[in-house]
Amino acid sequence: MKFIKFILAGTLFGIVMTKSEAVSWYRIQEMFRFQSFHMYGIIGTAVVLGIIAVYLIKKFKINDIAGDPIVFHEKEKSFTKYIIGGTIFGLGWALTGSCPGPMFVNLGNGYPAMAVVIVGALFGTYFYGILKNKLPH
Amino acid sequence: MIEFIQQPWPWYFSGVMIVLIMLILIFFGKSFGFSSNLRTICSIAGAGKKVKFFDFKWRDQIWNLMFLIGSIFGGFIATNFLSNKAPVKLATNTVSDLKKLGISFDGGLNPNQLFSLESMTHPGTLVMLLVGGLLVGFGSRYAGGCTSGHAISGLSNLQLPSLIAVVGFFLGGLIMTFLIMPLIF
Repeated sequence: MKFIKFILAGTLFGIVMTKSEAVSWYRIQEMFRFQSFHMYGIIGTAVVLGIIAVYLIKKFKINDIAGDPIVFHEKEKSFTKYIIGGTIFGLGWALTGSCPGPMFVNLGNGYPAMAVVIVGALFGTYFYGILKNKLPH
Repeated sequence: MIEFIQQPWPWYFSGVMIVLIMLILIFFGKSFGFSSNLRTICSIAGAGKKVKFFDFKWRDQIWNLMFLIGSIFGGFIATNFLSNKAPVKLATNTVSDLKKLGISFDGGLNPNQLFSLESMTHPGTLVMLLVGGLLVGFGSRYAGGCTSGHAISGLSNLQLPSLIAVVGFFLGGLIMTFLIMPLIF
């Protein structure tokens, strides 16, 4: 089954997010209050190593497992949508302590009320789809 | 080894593991971005019939839904089999700040006060969870990505738009933490 590897990668993601406590509402509050280095350390380490890894992949023109060249997509140029969208996202991130990944990981962690957050996020996504053409981008 | 795994992981090890996940997906010919699953689920639910934004080939995104399902397993495995149940080492300042808001630190990853089954019987909490989720879903699609897509994948690829989005994430987070949460809790 070609999808098993993605289930396994997701399982590893769930384990990493839980063991790192990045799925913790408390840790997110601690981050936004600048009271611990923990979350900054996680994101900082990931970004620095990620920059090096992406640089090396491009430099040595590394292929993926299917033998196709790895391509990185440029994000669309804009300011408005990133700052407004990002700010709205941040409001929800601090309130629920969860970005989209952790919402699901926390279901596995035994927090059933995360299902309500997920329903909210699906409605939010749907409303964006409806309003997309009326919003500044 | 098992003792190391059962402890909470230090930040540097966690950071390495998150990059590893991004690289695994890249080598599988995909990319690390979780929030697009929300759009896919809307599309599967039939939203594409009414709204063009959801009218796309969602079958190409099944791999990411598999990743999502795996992430739930991962949380379950980590909590039930790979944890020593020690309380989160939360900063004492955070504990006292939250106490002032009326949220007690119970040692778990998330406050049971907000995220247990019982918490859902409080209408106020229910509304808070729903609205919070709504903001995350709306904002991540508006910004074209969430923490994984922008803060990790985008910044790794030195994308200025992702940096702007991350600045937005923090702006929103700080407004919620310092201006809005004192009013609603």
